[in-house]
Amino acid sequence: MSASANSSTFILRGARPYGGDPVDLVLRDGAVAEAAAAGTASAAGATVVDADGLVALPGLVDLHTHLREPGREDAETVETGTQAAALGGFTAVHAMANTDPVADTAGVVEQVWRLGREAGHCDVAPVGAVTVGLGGERLAELGAMADSAARVRVFSDDGKCVSDAVLMRRALEYVKAFDGVIAQHAQEPRLTEGAQMNEGALSGVLGLRGWPSVAEEAVIARDVLLAQHVGSRLHVCHVSTKGSVEILRLAKERGIDVTAEVTPHHLLLDESLAASYDPVYKVNPPLRGKDDVQALRQAVADGVIDAVATDHAPHAAEDKEGEWANALPGMLGLETALAIAQEALVETGLLDWAGVADRLSTRPARIGRLAGHGRPLRAGEPANVVLVDPAVRRAVDPGALASRSRNTPYAGRTLPGRVVATFLRGRPTVLDGALA
Amino acid sequence: MRHLVSAGDLSRDEALLVLDTAHEMAGLQQREIKKLPTLRGRTVVNLFYEDSTRTRISFEAAAKRLSADVINFSAKGSSVSKGESFKDTALTLQAMGADAVVVRHSASGAAQRLAASGWVGGSVVNAGDGTHEHPTQALLDAYTMRRRLNAGTGDLAGRRVAIVGDVLHSRVARSNVLLLATLGADVTLVAPPTLLPIGVESWPCAVSYDLDAVLPKADVVMLLRVQRERMSEAYFPSAREYTRRYGLDATRAAALQDSAIVMHPGPMNRGVEIAAEVADSERSTIVEQVANGVSVRMAVLYLLLGGAFDTSKEQQR
Repeated sequence: MSASANSSTFILRGARPYGGDPVDLVLRDGAVAEAAAAGTASAAGATVVDADGLVALPGLVDLHTHLREPGREDAETVETGTQAAALGGFTAVHAMANTDPVADTAGVVEQVWRLGREAGHCDVAPVGAVTVGLGGERLAELGAMADSAARVRVFSDDGKCVSDAVLMRRALEYVKAFDGVIAQHAQEPRLTEGAQMNEGALSGVLGLRGWPSVAEEAVIARDVLLAQHVGSRLHVCHVSTKGSVEILRLAKERGIDVTAEVTPHHLLLDESLAASYDPVYKVNPPLRGKDDVQALRQAVADGVIDAVATDHAPHAAEDKEGEWANALPGMLGLETALAIAQEALVETGLLDWAGVADRLSTRPARIGRLAGHGRPLRAGEPANVVLVDPAVRRAVDPGALASRSRNTPYAGRTLPGRVVATFLRGRPTVLDGALA
Repeated sequence: MRHLVSAGDLSRDEALLVLDTAHEMAGLQQREIKKLPTLRGRTVVNLFYEDSTRTRISFEAAAKRLSADVINFSAKGSSVSKGESFKDTALTLQAMGADAVVVRHSASGAAQRLAASGWVGGSVVNAGDGTHEHPTQALLDAYTMRRRLNAGTGDLAGRRVAIVGDVLHSRVARSNVLLLATLGADVTLVAPPTLLPIGVESWPCAVSYDLDAVLPKADVVMLLRVQRERMSEAYFPSAREYTRRYGLDATRAAALQDSAIVMHPGPMNRGVEIAAEVADSERSTIVEQVANGVSVRMAVLYLLLGGAFDTSKEQQR
């Protein structure tokens, strides 16, 4: 592979779009110029990338990333978080609003958006808070955030549920004016006070306060009915239970405009890991049962769940060691998401690579209204491309992650696949598996 | 076995070894000079993140009677109240050379975390972690049952034990269910449905909502402390209603077999889960439990620090 990363034309020789037959993908001036027969493309001054055997997908889009800046730059910054994103194959991430200060004004979302532009590793689409300070009491200035340079379209109080039914209804209605969507963190607060893990037989044995599935399902059921009533678009964050899948399936059958995401960790890990009391496995919503994992995988395959979204949640070491109850919930996700999709969805036969492209790029881009992302790999489209080597298997080394934090639940676990290169509008952000 | 984190960690043979050893320790306690030289030069740290005078004193007495040096570290008025993390506190104790750390913590899993972390090199003894477990309490309860019902020998096969009250929040109940199942007893948990954990049907015991139905057959009635704040969380309507349905008063106690005993891990709410005349009756083992606690904890420290558990484990395999 050539080191001259600055040339404006790249030929991805022998790449297999969506895992299909090999072609030469030519990227020029930020766009896909052509998909030529394998081994035939040439262009003066072009950088040739040997993509033999590599799967080409449209650049991944994450609907759910915590970049922690402003406020917790010790855990992650826009710079380090977007580096992790690029290494994970992402060309766009949605930065969640629960920063300090909260992203509930045009000023804060523009700051995050600008930091993303300056870092240049991937596009950063800030998510705006639904309520002032995530307080759940008054609507934030959603229109001002939508009209800002950050062009916010996804609004979420993620980390907290918009539990007030009237406020949720108003938010759903209000964002219709600018084609926005409310991304709900579905968690009935009273049912989950002090909750530490999935409520079930294991929580009873471990003496950890339970987070019952019904606390998620009841909110989703209410919200899909609200969305239907007011004719609005609803997105459900990090769906974690089998029952939630059933409600979403029913809602979609009824024609309700609802989309949903699931995290990679809910597709791979289950609650049994909590028995170690190692807080690296503490996450919100919690890891669930094996039945839930299977139902979630099937729901992604069926399209009932639209997107795999990381909920990348970096935490400083001191917040993730010690007692379970005192640790903060959350796991890293950006650098391992595609590998887990491969293991949980592709290698199980549930999805092909085109399906992965749909759930990790096309649909999340559409939900977030990111026009330049999630586009097909064909001539004339923006050159947002990721090359992945599906044949590699590697152990996860927390020390080698680009994220500033180390709270990966996959330390030492062998995962399939490796992101070899990522291109953002024709410019490599990752080459040879390293930042370009 | 290096640590004692869960009552479920003990095999039947190991549990009986603890009880037999405790019996020997109790015999030695009848002597004029109670102290044994066994753990001379060893250091036992009592790391208490929660106030618990009775458990701490019991462990302290146990360690001292084995001639160990005892360091009491309580979270109040210590570096912990200045914001020191669990990890840093553990590393500090390790640097001081603790051979055993007896840990009491409000967070479930704290003892297991300490044992698995590698922060301390010595043995970890769980002296109560959140709403998880309290294995030495279960051992002293089993010891008490064995003395009263089985003349101090053998296991508890076929003995019927009713554990009554706030099982949901009780580490005593969890450890007792595990240990008593290992020792062959038939345990029935009795509580209002709100105070039983989801999934309790998978535990090695029976469940009842009806105390009156369970009492006539019971050899042991163990009452758990009911915290008054549970009322405000709507676990039950009022203390009076709780007492009416689940309290052991003299009338109910009359339904017990003559030989049946009444236990309570303390501290009691007289007039709530147990009536004063029952607590002070011949059936009551409440004061005896305290005395037995010292013998059982001596046995645990002796066996863990002496490495005696390792041999018994080898023999089983």
